[in-house]
Amino acid sequence: MAVCIAVIAKENYPLYIRSTPTENKLKFHYMVHTSLDVVDEKISAMGKALVDQRELYLGLLYPTEDYKMFRKLHNSYTDVMCNPFYNPGDRIQSRAFDNMVTSMMIQVC
Amino acid sequence: MEAAAAAAAAAAGGGCGSGPPPLLLSEGEQQCYSELFARCAGAAGGGPGSGPPEAARVAPGTATAAAGPVADLFRASQLPAETLHQITELCGAKRVGYFGPTQFYIALKLIAAAQSGLPVRIESIKCELPLPRFMMSKNDGEIRFGNPAELHGTKVQIPYLTTEKNSFKRMDDEDKQQETQSPTMSPLASPPSSPPHYQRVPLNHGYSKLRSSAEQMHPAPYEARQPLVQPEGSSSGGPGTKPLRHQASLIRSFSVERELQDNSSYPDEPWRITEEQREYYVNQFRSLQPDPSSFISGSVAKNFFTKSKLSIPELSYIWELSDADCDGALTLPEFCAAFHLIVARKNGYPLPEGLPPTLQPEYLQAAFPKPKWDCQLFDSYSESLPANQQPRDLNRMEKTSVKDMADLPVPTQDVTSDDKQALKSTINEALPKDVSEDPATKSGLLPPPPALPPRPCPSQSEQVSEAELLPQLSRAPSQAAESSPAKKDVPYSQPPSKPIRRKFRPENQATENQEPSTAASGPASAATMKPHPTVQKQSSKQKKAIQTAIRKNKEANAVLARLNSELQQQLKEVHQERIALENQLEQLRPVTVL
Repeated sequence: MAVCIAVIAKENYPLYIRSTPTENKLKFHYMVHTSLDVVDEKISAMGKALVDQRELYLGLLYPTEDYKMFRKLHNSYTDVMCNPFYNPGDRIQSRAFDNMVTSMMIQVC
Repeated sequence: MEAAAAAAAAAAGGGCGSGPPPLLLSEGEQQCYSELFARCAGAAGGGPGSGPPEAARVAPGTATAAAGPVADLFRASQLPAETLHQITELCGAKRVGYFGPTQFYIALKLIAAAQSGLPVRIESIKCELPLPRFMMSKNDGEIRFGNPAELHGTKVQIPYLTTEKNSFKRMDDEDKQQETQSPTMSPLASPPSSPPHYQRVPLNHGYSKLRSSAEQMHPAPYEARQPLVQPEGSSSGGPGTKPLRHQASLIRSFSVERELQDNSSYPDEPWRITEEQREYYVNQFRSLQPDPSSFISGSVAKNFFTKSKLSIPELSYIWELSDADCDGALTLPEFCAAFHLIVARKNGYPLPEGLPPTLQPEYLQAAFPKPKWDCQLFDSYSESLPANQQPRDLNRMEKTSVKDMADLPVPTQDVTSDDKQALKSTINEALPKDVSEDPATKSGLLPPPPALPPRPCPSQSEQVSEAELLPQLSRAPSQAAESSPAKKDVPYSQPPSKPIRRKFRPENQATENQEPSTAASGPASAATMKPHPTVQKQSSKQKKAIQTAIRKNKEANAVLARLNSELQQQLKEVHQERIALENQLEQLRPVTVL
């Protein structure tokens, strides 16, 4: 159930955040930050490879099907990154990314 | 009249079978509409009595209704002009540039819908509607309401292109774009639609005719432009293959006329790259990346496109659209697509939601196999000139044709390098003057919807410096300015900045335009050509030296800029690493403390 999708930058601010209308954004932001702590722990213990992150993700509570979701998200994220006009640290304004996220949220919800 | 109706219906029958038939007309409607259509087409043919049968005989599947009678008919429906505009757009006449049977029938149905109080939408015509009412003197429409359909006892279907429906929305958008940019253009004078098979015909010239005036477009489409939609926009009954063959023959037969009309238009008109544009884009690509089969890296492309002065989010979006494989680099077709989108955006077109089919890399590669001209032209030019000085003139956009483009290389090849540089410098001289003195003519020169000439991205400062460096040659610029002030303004005014490379082109196009386009073509071109040799003799050497120096500086500049961007990227990365390390340090510190 994807009620909320967020992409968080290294500096711990969201590059992209979208939630379904029912969910309170603030609450979700809090949850995202708390989950970040978990991620941070794992990161500090392991390496920084992208692959590891994906495994980390699996290592968290989420069930396996979200792995596909994460992969889609990640692919879209890399596509955004590939855009030379995108400065790392900017909010993600890519329409393709938006569409992908929307489709993911619709599909799973 | 009945014969005409029969002929029209029979011709229409030749076209059905291909595509879904969403538009259903009842017998009465079919009869009435075909009558009305015959009347309008007949009026186009030149006489109400003899017109329809003639038109039917001559080209059964290709009758078009002229704008005049159709407009009268629509006005007779007593709907507000706004509604009629909408109807014209929706039915596709605006898109195709004429009223073929399909468009006409749809329009009539929409009129009926509007008169019944329904909104002017495609969906409205799906349901049963009363016949449209027209307050005409003859009142033919009313009279014929009651006549039984002679032709078929069944419902007649008017299939229209599958793409039409989907493209309507897009057409509306694009038509609105056209409208905003060309309020003077009548709704009927829009470019023809492009059925899918149409697109396979590589007629990319005349692209900018989209933005030409209504007057220019009126005569051409109605007579000569065969509506390829025509056979499909017909009622049921005939084999599907026949109309396609018919269409193919029509395409071939009218390709010549199309050249003359220079009016090749497609629904994605703004997104279709013409030959000149393609040339220009390829040249620009070469300037960034000598190997046309390789690609431009993201940072290089970024620097280049940033010069177009579009906002970063827009550029980002354009990149997103054009970098189909999302690899952070642009191949030649991707680059052309991106450039074209930038040009479109600069001309005011809103960016599309998705990459239009004519800008897809596969399409571009298929439509434009490696241009061999480029090689020839490059070889023929002196190597001192930058490779992309091909004289693709912007004014040619107004009257493109394969013929013209074939002519183009010939005169320029004859010009020596000295001449070219002399000409080039004359443009430099002319530039500040033209730009400063004719800002108003900028808009006037451009046809109401601005043509989409290749927009040069490189900076303005280069030209300005070049102009300063060449203070002499007052005579040549004045001549050039006199001879074709309008034409020069077009290339100058549209792009606020112009690369040095392209200065050659406007001069050539000025000289060449005089030949084909101006009334006093012979004398004018002779007059302008004569002063040039004398001018060039004076300071060719100086110019040469300055040109080379400028080029070198430019190259160095580009290299440094690239280096700069790369270093900045590295700096960013290092910054991030540093932040990460500091975070780690923070995490470790409490441990040690405790």
